[in-house]
Amino acid sequence: MKKTAVLALMTVALAAFKIEGYKVGDKAMNFHLKNVDGNMVSLSDYKDAKGFIVVFTCNHCPYAKAYEDRVIALNTKYKPKGYPVIAINANDPNANPDDDYATMQQRAKAKNYDFPYVVDGTQEIARNYGAAHTPHVFVLQKSGSDYLVKYIGAIDDSWDEPSTARHRYVEEAVDALLAGQPVSVPFTKAIGCGIKWKT
Amino acid sequence: MNETPHLKKLNLHICLLFLLYLPGSKVTFIDFQHLQERSGLSVSGEKNDTLYVVNFWATWCDPCLRELPAFENACHEFRNRKVKFIFVSLNARREINMVERFVDTHHFISEVYLLNATNSGDWIDLVDSSWSGTIPATVMYYHSKKVYFCEQEFTSAKLLKLINTKLKQK
Repeated sequence: MKKTAVLALMTVALAAFKIEGYKVGDKAMNFHLKNVDGNMVSLSDYKDAKGFIVVFTCNHCPYAKAYEDRVIALNTKYKPKGYPVIAINANDPNANPDDDYATMQQRAKAKNYDFPYVVDGTQEIARNYGAAHTPHVFVLQKSGSDYLVKYIGAIDDSWDEPSTARHRYVEEAVDALLAGQPVSVPFTKAIGCGIKWKT
Repeated sequence: MNETPHLKKLNLHICLLFLLYLPGSKVTFIDFQHLQERSGLSVSGEKNDTLYVVNFWATWCDPCLRELPAFENACHEFRNRKVKFIFVSLNARREINMVERFVDTHHFISEVYLLNATNSGDWIDLVDSSWSGTIPATVMYYHSKKVYFCEQEFTSAKLLKLINTKLKQK
């Protein structure tokens, strides 16, 4: 009887901890997060944007580093078309000091980020979105005052050899949205460094 | 890669010499299909009563490294039982030499492979549909079936208890 109770408690605890997050088609929440330049950034700041390429990323993870140039390229290509990148670091800096705010600032400066790199200090946004690892992309499309999730997953299908990528999923998704077409691959999975949750 | 009786015996001897320094086993590439075959998921249907413990890790993954001693301890504990540990590195393919040096330094005593797959999205769901892609992750196969999957870090006690539980499930 006691064993059953313990098991039940553990199941509840695990269920509570399990990340649910958004599914494609859900409305994404707005946020109000601090950028590396000290200013606050919200989705609602962008009156003229058609949508967003939200990238959960960090400084230390080799996958995030491998994709950094591709994230920069996505912003260069799609910001003028109405889909700017917003990069979010939700990692607990106590888990890895390289993921602290100062290092975020260094990184953004060194690589001339032309997009916000904001910190999700409470990890509320990462939890609500369902970000599991870095990098993890959520493409949002504006619909009135709503932000609809249109793509979730990887940037492309070749993390360690970019030139051999056969599917550039985020580009394909945004191109489809810009053309008024449905996104043919709205969800993908990829290996990544787990988001370092606060304990 | 066919498993020979010689290789089985070699694995047993390596586990028995756990406490002594040994040059680590060579790290080779493996594609996903062959990994499944090495994990006892044989299409030929041959009888196999080994419990396979497959751990996905990478040299740069801190939680993966934290749980390695738990796995090395388990390998020692179950050296006389039909339990096989397989470590699958998800490092970049060009890093194979670095992974091998890492394995040598850390005295890995089990089979270590570097997964040769371009798109992880192709096989993540084949391991487990609940897997978000985060590592470390561990999957266990027994009697050609998956008997366990989790994407969390193990403690030594939890791993030993889990393997003992699975071995009792016939």
